[in-house]
Amino acid sequence: MRRFLRPGHDPVRERLKRDLFQFNKTVEHGFPHQPSALGYSPFLRLMAIGTRSGAIKLYGAPGVEFMGLHEENNTVMQIHFIPDQCQLVTLLDDNSLHLWSLKQHSGASELREEHRFTLKGPPGSPPSATQITAVLPYSSREVLYLGTESGNIFVVELPSFRVLEDRTITSEAVLQRVPEDYCNRRSCELVEALREHPKNPDQILIGYSRGLIVLWDLQNNKVTHHFLGSQQLENLYWQRDGSKFISCHYDGSYTQWPVSSDNRQPEPLENLVPYGPFPCKAISKIYWQTTKNGLPYIIFQGGMPRASYGDRHSISVVHGSQQTAFDFTSRVIDFFIIFSSEPTAEFDDPSAMVVLAEEELVVIDLKTAGWPAVHPPYLASLHCSAITCSHHVSNIPLKLWERIISAGSKQNIHYSNMPWPIDGGTNIAPDPPQRDLLLTGHEDGTVRFWDASGVCLHLLYKLSTVRVFLTDADPNDNMNTLGEDEWPPLRKVGTFDPYSDDPRLGIQKIYLCKYSGYLAVAGTAGQVLVMELNDEDAEHVVDHAEADLLQDQEGYRWKGHEKLKTRDGPVRFEAGFQPFVLVQCQPPAVVTSLALHSEWKLVAFGTSHGFGLFDHQQKRLVFVKCTLHPSDQLALEGPLSRVKSLKKSLRQSFRRIRRSRVSSRKRRGGSGNASEVQEANAKFDQDALQEMELAPVQRKIEARSAEDSFTGFVRTLYFADTFLRDSSRHCPSLWAGTNGGTVYAFCLRVPPAERRMDEPVRAEQAKEIQLMHRAPVVGILVLDGRSTPLPEPLEVAHDLSKSPDMQGSHQLLVVSEEQFKVFTLPKVSSKLKLKLTALEGCRVRKVTVANFGSCKTDDYSENDLAVLTNLGDIQIISLPFLKLQIRYPCIRKEDVSGIASCVFTKYGQGFYLISPSEFERFSLSTKWLVEPRCVVDMPEVTSNNHVHNKSGVENASRKSRSLGDYGEDERKAGRLMEHALLNDEKVLKEIQSTLEGGR
Amino acid sequence: EFRRFSLERSKPGKFEEFYGLLQHVHKIPNVDVLVGYTDIHGDLLPINNDDNYHKAVSTANPLLRIFIQRKEDADYSAFGTDTMTRKKNVLSNVLRPDNHKKKPHIVISMPQDFRPVSSIIDVDILPETHRRVRLYKYGTEKPLGFYIRDGSSVRVTPHGLEKVPGIFISRLVPGGLAQSTGLLAVNDEVLEVNGIEVSGKSLDQVTDMMIANSRNLIITVRPANQRNNVVRNSRTSGSSGQSTESSLPSSMPNILENFLHGEEESDEEDVIIEDSGEPQQIPKAAPTSESLESLTQIELLHESTQNGFLPSSEMNSNHSAGSISMEYEVQDPDHKSLEEDGTIITL
Repeated sequence: MRRFLRPGHDPVRERLKRDLFQFNKTVEHGFPHQPSALGYSPFLRLMAIGTRSGAIKLYGAPGVEFMGLHEENNTVMQIHFIPDQCQLVTLLDDNSLHLWSLKQHSGASELREEHRFTLKGPPGSPPSATQITAVLPYSSREVLYLGTESGNIFVVELPSFRVLEDRTITSEAVLQRVPEDYCNRRSCELVEALREHPKNPDQILIGYSRGLIVLWDLQNNKVTHHFLGSQQLENLYWQRDGSKFISCHYDGSYTQWPVSSDNRQPEPLENLVPYGPFPCKAISKIYWQTTKNGLPYIIFQGGMPRASYGDRHSISVVHGSQQTAFDFTSRVIDFFIIFSSEPTAEFDDPSAMVVLAEEELVVIDLKTAGWPAVHPPYLASLHCSAITCSHHVSNIPLKLWERIISAGSKQNIHYSNMPWPIDGGTNIAPDPPQRDLLLTGHEDGTVRFWDASGVCLHLLYKLSTVRVFLTDADPNDNMNTLGEDEWPPLRKVGTFDPYSDDPRLGIQKIYLCKYSGYLAVAGTAGQVLVMELNDEDAEHVVDHAEADLLQDQEGYRWKGHEKLKTRDGPVRFEAGFQPFVLVQCQPPAVVTSLALHSEWKLVAFGTSHGFGLFDHQQKRLVFVKCTLHPSDQLALEGPLSRVKSLKKSLRQSFRRIRRSRVSSRKRRGGSGNASEVQEANAKFDQDALQEMELAPVQRKIEARSAEDSFTGFVRTLYFADTFLRDSSRHCPSLWAGTNGGTVYAFCLRVPPAERRMDEPVRAEQAKEIQLMHRAPVVGILVLDGRSTPLPEPLEVAHDLSKSPDMQGSHQLLVVSEEQFKVFTLPKVSSKLKLKLTALEGCRVRKVTVANFGSCKTDDYSENDLAVLTNLGDIQIISLPFLKLQIRYPCIRKEDVSGIASCVFTKYGQGFYLISPSEFERFSLSTKWLVEPRCVVDMPEVTSNNHVHNKSGVENASRKSRSLGDYGEDERKAGRLMEHALLNDEKVLKEIQSTLEGGR
Repeated sequence: EFRRFSLERSKPGKFEEFYGLLQHVHKIPNVDVLVGYTDIHGDLLPINNDDNYHKAVSTANPLLRIFIQRKEDADYSAFGTDTMTRKKNVLSNVLRPDNHKKKPHIVISMPQDFRPVSSIIDVDILPETHRRVRLYKYGTEKPLGFYIRDGSSVRVTPHGLEKVPGIFISRLVPGGLAQSTGLLAVNDEVLEVNGIEVSGKSLDQVTDMMIANSRNLIITVRPANQRNNVVRNSRTSGSSGQSTESSLPSSMPNILENFLHGEEESDEEDVIIEDSGEPQQIPKAAPTSESLESLTQIELLHESTQNGFLPSSEMNSNHSAGSISMEYEVQDPDHKSLEEDGTIITL
């Protein structure tokens, strides 16, 4: 009867589990998906970004980050900081206002939503009467002025959002004194801009969309000046001294207006179309910045000639004779200028321009000649070319770290040396305990090296593999070869470039040996590059070999892409990782697995056809093994037909979303009535449901057989020094696992170091294991005599790991998508197994060995398996007994790309993509937790600030191990966030089914 | 050759003893024979274990006619319902073996050569509206052959009727295992897969579970057609069914455990090829004693002992754990390869 006892309820173990494991989503790295609004507080020196899914993120000095989420998940339209306060107001596209504040709680600041408010008009008034178009947080901090579509301006009290009806500025009151003929031509229309007078808080400037601008006196409740603009207004900007303001217009012009007490209806001083004379696009925002030397900076967005440059996303900076139109690769959402905010300062003296484009953040140094860009310490555009794979390396030795940084710094010489200008708040998080690298492979054939040690994911170095190959696009074909006299003076800025010259260049697998600095990179067209870190530029020939994985298999025809053409002769490489060996698989199918052994100087690679082993010391192919099943036609013909159908279905589903969005927006725009919208949505859902019922999805239930396609697909490769043939002698071995549940083991003979160049490496197949459940093998691991996973190559040589136990018997762990199995070695007999799919219906997507340390004692740590399933759950499974320890829901199961992108670290953290441009970082460990902890103080209290701050730090360190309700909130927010991003469930399902069906 | 002898009805003893007695009476101590008897309906039925031997003795009224055949030239088809009435004289058949050359018979092998392809199990613990079907899949000769889909079913809840999502059988492949059993039909709602409820799981999840268990799939369905439901023995009388209701409610969890465990047992083992030699089945490792988690080890030990030798008496007692009908398929003798290792009939 003892076997019926439920295992795993040992109280000691349960307690230990609490000390070891804990799940937290800690921080989002990268650039927010679909940003929609930007705000900046010169007082706090914090920047805020709102997104279309209702998230709001605050950034200050590196490491200072806050995140909030509007429950409604609606688009954030505007963000305004309350002057001289730790507060901000957001306007959403449902016309609701939200007041957020930064408050200190147990030593760290937190962003909390305080109040929400929707402006309501008198009963019976149209919704446009209260549709907010402009927001002015008044300098007294007590009221907000809200300009609306009807032209009325409402005043609400803060923080209660009480409407002060007696102070409403109606359009009638404004129009009273406007000349008759002007009034007849145009009514006020909506309020386009509200600006407070920089010197006199009693006056506000009101701009209406049809062109009328008035200066309103708050004391006497009347118009003091009328400025009769003739063009449709876009925006307004006061000069610092309040003697002039500037307006910008829909036709691409801007106008300067004088403000003086003697002329109540002044004529414009200057009216200019900067990129005329042909019709131009609107200038949507403008700054006029004064400087000591007298020449102002005029900075404006848009205004390009409509016909020839109407598609450009530009911001122009004019300073005397210098003029540059910064050309962005994606739409400009908004921008701001950082200038002297001291009220006593006489001039603006702008120092930097911060531009939020749809896909990246660009900061321009305005103080340095040539206006170079500033390298942002955060908000990196991970997706400047689509991410195709990622690889994490923990605990990088200092030497390698420094060499990578120095290689990277040589690439960054064109960046400004200016310190990061947005520097509000204080980072009080403890220093990251170790140096971690996250490597991302991209579609354009580059590998980016990110500093993933702390809260700020920072680009260290970028490696391009393109130079090895001959591609259609000539690298000398520079887009930026614009002559001096070119007009408009466009200059490309930013790094976002989603266009890949050749999809075959895409990086699929990366393996970095942190001890030797060897890097292996494999790509879409079967190319495998082995690189070495070189601190100098060098020109050399890349050794080239071909691996025919089909060998003597006859009559197969590859219908996929051709292999990449290589460059003949020596190639010049910049300092950093330089390729010295190129192996090209034939047929040139995607490389699906890669392993590098830096001690034996061997690299193994696998595709859907088989796998091979290459000796990169002797530059010689050791062997290839074809894993194809004779009946597997699909694998042979290549991916073309499948890709096409996937693309098509994706396109269709996207079209469907767009259609549904358009229609729902139309309905919303027409009525603005919430219940009607709901009804419409409900109807849409019903239609969708009916559609689903008409064409039921069905799934075939059939045992997998050897004849299923893609069984030869090599999923995993693993080097191990273990007992493969007999229990007395261990030898190097290579293990490979396929999609069809087969494991191959090869016995390797690597000559000793002194004869390494003289004798060939030999390999001989020793074992072949066929798992009867035939599920894809996703992981192979050898455990030593103490049941510890074998160390990485060179780990022992560098004294960073105990040498493996070679006395006791070794064990082999094979992880398939469905089961975990432990076998004995060298005689393979099954010892233990854990079924996953059969019992829970989920499959293993990612698996890694992770080391978990106890948060209570420093001397206890253990190795476990961290597993991500296709349902998005993370499970921790003990080694070597394969007992499920704990399970956490992490990623929504519909988020296929998120699950596919997940990468675990060696110490129980992980990353996955929550959008094409953002990594969510999570932690499974109680010990290794990287999350933002920061304080934002009111700058006025500078005197006692220091003392306060110090106690904050102490508090923080005391508290940092035990997460209170703070962490809970954060987590909740994270979950909501995900929901916001992936609420098109139907589409995601469809994508998933296409992917899975195709597999 | 006719013999007549007497037996004490109240103490029939064991089949083994009886078999020995027969051999003794006929003076054929070293000849393998098949033993059969005619029951009250005139059917020729086999005697090959304690249970049917006892049954046979109990039907003796007062005479029990027993037929003995040499095993080598046995006519297996002689057994079965209506055998005595269909053929004029079984005796002539038995006595003149050359007779059956006239008709090519389908050769049915011995019961131990049979293997089940499907069965209805746990009738005594399931509601009458549900059916738990076990499909045995060996090798690849016959596809499982069915499809499932999403759908909705109506449940009775405290708040009245409620529509809930469910998983249904959408299609049976002609000639597939599922169809050939006759136990599953289109629109049957799938409630459990190998003891795990499917409610709350997605279609893909259930698909994965079924495929992962495809070698020994146990699905509990609510048949769309509720008219063919099994009627409990307790409510009817006079049935000659062989089902026994040995299990008490208290032993139910035990049974469930048992069958889950059995499912684990009959899982096929992986195959290894060493040094490009012949494929071999991977054996189970002998447990080492110096283990921390003794529980696992005990489990393993138990498994391996059960795996090796199987007392034949266990066969029946296991069957009585609720199974009422079993279909057998003749197995190709050539196919008795790796798969068959004595664990098949273990539940």
